[in-house]
Amino acid sequence: MTDSRPVLTMTGISKSFPGVRALHNVNFRLFPGEVHALMGENGAGKSTLIKVLTGVYDTDEGVITLDDEPVSFSGPMQATAAGVSTVFQEVNLCTNLSVAENIFIGREPRLLGAVRWGEVRRRARALLTRLDLDLDVSAPLGSYSLAIQQMVAIARAIDIQARVLILDEPTSSLDAGEVAQLFRIMRQLRDEGIAILFVTHFLDQVYEIADRITVLRNGGLVGEYPTAELPQLSLVEKMIGKELDVLEGIEEHSRRDLAALEEGTPLVAVSNFGRAGAVEPFSLTIHAGEVVGLAGLLGSGRTEVARLLFGADRTDGGQVAVDGASSSLRTPAQAIDHGVGFCSENRRAEGIVADLSVRENIILAMQAARGWLRPIPRRRQDELVDKYIKALNIRPADPEVPVRNLSGGNQQKVLLARWLITEPRLLILDEPTRGIDIGAKTEIQKLVTQLSDGGMAVLFISAELEEVLRLSHKVAVMRDRQMVAQLANDDTLDADRIMQTIASGSHREEADR
Amino acid sequence: MTTGSLTAGRTRFRLPKRQIPVLATLVLLLVMYGIGVSQYTAFSNVQVIFNVFIDNGFLLVVAVGMTFVILTGGIDLSVGSVVAMTAMVSAALLKDGMPAALVLVIALLIGPTLGLLMGCAIHFFEIQPFIVTLAGMFFARGMCTFISGASIPITDGFWTSMSQERIGDPQGNFVSISVLIAFVVVAVAAYVLAYTRLGRNVYAIGGNPQSALLMGLPLGRTRIAVYTISGLCSAIGGILLSFYTLSGAPLIAVGMELDVIAAVVIGGTVLTGGAGYIFGTVLGVLVLGVIQTLITFDGSLNSWWTKIVIGSLLFAFILLQRLIGIRYK
Repeated sequence: MTDSRPVLTMTGISKSFPGVRALHNVNFRLFPGEVHALMGENGAGKSTLIKVLTGVYDTDEGVITLDDEPVSFSGPMQATAAGVSTVFQEVNLCTNLSVAENIFIGREPRLLGAVRWGEVRRRARALLTRLDLDLDVSAPLGSYSLAIQQMVAIARAIDIQARVLILDEPTSSLDAGEVAQLFRIMRQLRDEGIAILFVTHFLDQVYEIADRITVLRNGGLVGEYPTAELPQLSLVEKMIGKELDVLEGIEEHSRRDLAALEEGTPLVAVSNFGRAGAVEPFSLTIHAGEVVGLAGLLGSGRTEVARLLFGADRTDGGQVAVDGASSSLRTPAQAIDHGVGFCSENRRAEGIVADLSVRENIILAMQAARGWLRPIPRRRQDELVDKYIKALNIRPADPEVPVRNLSGGNQQKVLLARWLITEPRLLILDEPTRGIDIGAKTEIQKLVTQLSDGGMAVLFISAELEEVLRLSHKVAVMRDRQMVAQLANDDTLDADRIMQTIASGSHREEADR
Repeated sequence: MTTGSLTAGRTRFRLPKRQIPVLATLVLLLVMYGIGVSQYTAFSNVQVIFNVFIDNGFLLVVAVGMTFVILTGGIDLSVGSVVAMTAMVSAALLKDGMPAALVLVIALLIGPTLGLLMGCAIHFFEIQPFIVTLAGMFFARGMCTFISGASIPITDGFWTSMSQERIGDPQGNFVSISVLIAFVVVAVAAYVLAYTRLGRNVYAIGGNPQSALLMGLPLGRTRIAVYTISGLCSAIGGILLSFYTLSGAPLIAVGMELDVIAAVVIGGTVLTGGAGYIFGTVLGVLVLGVIQTLITFDGSLNSWWTKIVIGSLLFAFILLQRLIGIRYK
């Protein structure tokens, strides 16, 4: 890190939305040639700060300077032109355009107004080679995985002669190899003198790459620290504002005897469920009070299993028994009738209704279950909603705020509340903790434990093996759209063994690496 | 890294996917032409194809404008009325003795102006294009009858010469000047879409407006531009129609917007935006034209059969797009 003048400063930044104070008097500085991590729980104001910086939102108060000059960007385009490039959390590219065009659109090399396509492709290839990516630059972006799309977004950002590069949770959809690749690029760019603002929820990544850390909490600044002087535990304490022993609390979560749990009639037993092109036929039993973990890599068929069990996709064959009686799960309505709830991994597209309030979102599934002709009395609604806002610690604790104004983690909790209120017997949670900070994550994990202790069956899907191990009684392992194993979570099961199960037999992938 | 294998795995499907709708239209067109040639000896005459262009030149120009709009994910219902209004205004002004050159300029300004206003309403007030252009449609149609309740004939020398001028080969096959104008419009539009920033922004916005905005592309300017372009194309289409009919009639081109949308969609442009080509639109218009020609040649069929066939084709093509779309994910 150089000790020159900051390339970018933000002083006294405040920003409010209807019903939410997103930022309050926040200061932030960024030096050339450093990786600066911006940390905080969901709703702490990280995304808002970035959007204020890049001109997506106006500030209510405060000054931003770039090279000691006050600036106020009207939008990402102007920010980019001034050398402040952003890669947003969700890939913001156009999947219908080619890879090369996505990198260069808006600033294509032109001759007399005509885009020079040959030049565009040549430069795109050169840029991707620099990032060690071997892609067909004229293929539509949509034909590549989300991880690749993310790398293309970074390629786009660094090609602009950026002095400040903002990476808003770039790693949430990348696997370990891709993260390493990204970090190599980040170090390369840092050494070239670019200031990098890095937002992530993975603490390990922060300690691997960041030079300094700024912590936000509840829209306010907690402080700025050199990474070396801030131990991981104190960082977490500063983020959540209290001593952290909650994690230990569930560490020793009652690993109740699987045999005892599986004595009775299974709540749901499916055999030979499958769908051509989505997931190979599998069989699975889930008992009341049992947490079944579903582990596997991205794209291994985890979500497809969940969708089949919920009837969102139709199985090609096989049998279902609910409470021992033969039944069927062909539509979500049938699944809901049997007491199945499903929290989608794609909360923005398939879950929350952004313009409705917290209360309306929470009440939605219950109202649907009752039928539209039997409205829930307003007083009962308020009771229920208040109860779950408290139980799940949804912030802000105002039932009438549009869900759009909540952070990702709190939106996830709203979604959870929606299903919990219907008192499902089997709750399917697809990546409920992705993109959520450690505090909210812990709360959700605790909740899963409580629910299963209370007799609810849970199918818990997560890419994080530790989390799956911590919560599950039984772990089903997915590989290449196949359920390859079901492992009892006894003392012998650890992350290594699951990894081995995921990896074993995958010679093809190993050859590629 | 697994990226290498990903690349190899994905690109195999690439070429067909983007081109399937256009290729399907091309095959359909060839099949229909083949049917015509095998059934009717006169059908193989080159003039038959030229006549399709002569009869549908104005439709082609308007469809080009509509392609821009649909590529952004929008819709423009006003085109038929704007075509009629342009023809009416031209006829009325010519009848009052205004010089042809001035009439052309005025007529060509009306459509884009209305398009600009509708684009602004859509962008600045965030109103659905459907309802804004529906309002534009009623307004323009109302203006037609306001100008005159009855048809106004055009006797101007420039108009009649444009109408009767034949550009032909020694065998006696010919096209009208309108066809050449339509070709110029097609060529310019294809160039704009493929090689200019405006054109590429149109595709980007149709693909994902939110992303386009965050990539720093001028969302509002592009949106307003496509409705202005559609207005301009409608104006040119109106002029061509007045060349063709040598009159302005208040009830001409009623429902034309729907034919135009059908031609664009049959030409492979996806209604949700982001994918499609001008070449496809040309094919779409030709498909409509050849259907009409086939029914005319048959002689015994009611002309409403055109609508039935177009309806079935439209449905088939939307189904095709949907199936490709599903496989895309």
